[in-house]
Amino acid sequence: MNKEAHETDARASTEVPSDHDDAASDRNTGTEPTPRALTVHEPKPGCRSRLRTLLVPLLAIVTALIIGALVIVFTDTSVYAAFEEGFLQGIVQALVVIIRAYSAFYVGAFGDPGQILGALLSGDTTRIIRAVYPLTETLRTATPYIFAGLAVAVGFQGGLFNIGAEGQYFIAGLTTVFVGYALTGLPALIHLPLALLAGIVGGALWAAIPGYLKGKTGAHEVINTIMLNYIAFRFAEYMLDVGGPMARGDGRPVSPEIQPSAYLPRLFPGQIQVRLNAGFLLALLVAWGVWWLLFKTTIGYEIRTVGHNPRAAKYAGINVARNYVITMAISGGLAGLAASTDILGVLRFMPNAFHSGYGFDAIALALLGKSHPLGVVLASLLFGALRAGARNMQGIARVPIDITSILQGLIIVFIAAPEIIRLIYRVRQLPKGEEIDLTHGWG
Amino acid sequence: MRKHISMTLVMVLLFSLVLSACDLLPQPETDAFRVGMVTDVGGIDDRSFNATAWRGIEMAEEELNVEGDFLESTAQPDYAPNLTHYINQDYDLIVTVGFLLADDTRDFAEANPDFNFAIVDFAYDPPVENIRGLVFATDEAAFLAGYAAAAATQTGIVATFGGINIPPVSIFMVGFEHGVNYYNEQNGANVQVLGWDTAANTGVFVGNFDSTDDGRRVADEFLSEGADIIMPVAGPVGLGSAEAVQQAGNAWIIGVDTDWTVSAPEYDAIILTSVLKNMDIAVFDTIQMAAEPGFTTFGGETYLGTLENDGVGIADVAPGTITADVEAELDQIRQAIIDGEIDTGWAAYIGGLN
Repeated sequence: MNKEAHETDARASTEVPSDHDDAASDRNTGTEPTPRALTVHEPKPGCRSRLRTLLVPLLAIVTALIIGALVIVFTDTSVYAAFEEGFLQGIVQALVVIIRAYSAFYVGAFGDPGQILGALLSGDTTRIIRAVYPLTETLRTATPYIFAGLAVAVGFQGGLFNIGAEGQYFIAGLTTVFVGYALTGLPALIHLPLALLAGIVGGALWAAIPGYLKGKTGAHEVINTIMLNYIAFRFAEYMLDVGGPMARGDGRPVSPEIQPSAYLPRLFPGQIQVRLNAGFLLALLVAWGVWWLLFKTTIGYEIRTVGHNPRAAKYAGINVARNYVITMAISGGLAGLAASTDILGVLRFMPNAFHSGYGFDAIALALLGKSHPLGVVLASLLFGALRAGARNMQGIARVPIDITSILQGLIIVFIAAPEIIRLIYRVRQLPKGEEIDLTHGWG
Repeated sequence: MRKHISMTLVMVLLFSLVLSACDLLPQPETDAFRVGMVTDVGGIDDRSFNATAWRGIEMAEEELNVEGDFLESTAQPDYAPNLTHYINQDYDLIVTVGFLLADDTRDFAEANPDFNFAIVDFAYDPPVENIRGLVFATDEAAFLAGYAAAAATQTGIVATFGGINIPPVSIFMVGFEHGVNYYNEQNGANVQVLGWDTAANTGVFVGNFDSTDDGRRVADEFLSEGADIIMPVAGPVGLGSAEAVQQAGNAWIIGVDTDWTVSAPEYDAIILTSVLKNMDIAVFDTIQMAAEPGFTTFGGETYLGTLENDGVGIADVAPGTITADVEAELDQIRQAIIDGEIDTGWAAYIGGLN
């Protein structure tokens, strides 16, 4: 049990990046060192080094796409058929398959540039909507990812590993949808915030339980969040099952539809296929709020201090137990917002078997985003694009949808094991102190 | 050198992205009737639900001038984009699989009145003009399987379990239990059913449709309680149960949805029979109807698969497990159900729920 040693060590290496994160806010200062950069091995926080920090994630994504291309080629029968005719035909066919797949992927995630341009020039609203639809789906898919990713990231910052985002998502789904359908006759101005709040509260309370248990008894939050996941799943099942207290009563295990006054407004309300809604803006706003909370407020400072070293924090007079509860509650509230925006903006009811997988993708997102709100937003946009793109790749190029899981998995592997990327591309190790410690707080 | 290779690959990738701007995705020029299917989250190769519906499209491809296509959903929010895809691609018929897709299918059908839809396992009330609901009186077939199981059991105990307690699942279990009870009444027997109680609306449910481990665990429990025939109603979960039964020996599995001697031939030796829910026939029938020249809309009609129209049925019972007398009784019961002389218990059960 050399936890102490590990923590002090980790503290030394994490001190700098948090300053670094602050520096990210004042972009204009350029290469000027920030006043707080007093640590010994502080690198110049210039553009170059910031680019270098992005290099490994970018190379990880590119490498994953290359391996993904190989997987696509090796699982395509037409390539094998072409290779039987001759080596050159085989190579050509393989390239054709890759190009077809990835162009479908690109069009599915960002839209067809030619079509978008043509639509914009024509000025026809229906054509424009249809052309930008893929992009709206990417942003729509990214919305719950941002919230869930932030949830896990806040946990990491506070030294807690919240594996329970999925369960918090379920509980928040129940509270949101209940407020959404049960309250009638309210104006949207009151109903919508109330429904969102219900999701935040539901998720926060559910997550506060393991936080409290950790603070009071030392019970490990990993175990408790996992166990609470199962309780949340079964509770949701009980509530929504046919004949259950929240079932719609048409023989299906789904909740009633929410009142229109609780809808999150959509970008194009008349077009049912475009589901991008105000939830995305809310997500960006909340991401900024989380950054502000973590790096600009006392609460955030305390959370991060406890995350770095709970013993030192206690010695400094911070109430560690209370901090665990606060961190988990914030984390759970964020996970709750993922459910609220999904229900109020997209589904407008809650089905049993609401299983989303967000809770587990969120861990990957927090890692990919290095537990920084901006990083989480970027990682979520990437995952959103991967999902939306893969959907189109399935439809147009007949590549199985499971390719997304493969790409996501590969990206995570390369991020978690940057040595592989460094070895392939001969990227030099960054000076010690510039690397951000990802695994801290898992103990 | 290695650097060069990786750089080349990167260039190829970037090039492919640039090329996407050009129109590399030609729309297929075809005069065939195009059918698109949106699966539920189980995936196309679930050997059950989605797979059977898809076989209906494959049958249509073989026999009619039809081109089929499917999109797999991985979560509820995927349904709408998948439907959008087929609308944008101007498909002639869009088939959705599973009642969880019911709301999205209705919304898209109402927003796109020129398109025709069919949905497996759901019927709208009130009906939607351009959707054909495909529902199945599976209770009728499960009743026969229950009777056969009660006749075949050596231990006097049979069992069933489900994925989650929803009507498309419990309909099997209700019919099964009533079939067993009917056997008891007719023959003065006392065969017990584990895992489902219609009167109390409770039973054994594993809570998912994908964990073969759960299927194995539940089957082991039932076997240790003395059951020798198990009917798992949980898609691929049942394959785990089949594995457990095969290892234990002296016990049988009743397949559901499809004939498991065909779809899971590795368990051929332990399959007593299968409760067939012929979604493929229903889908094929729907395509045939919609592909007819001059067809405009379903008019909100519902297809109900019954014993009478072969929409549901049971597969051949494994030889040597029931006597010729029981075989004859099964035929009589089948006719009696068709004629409405025997009650499978489903109407009362579902009426009591809502």
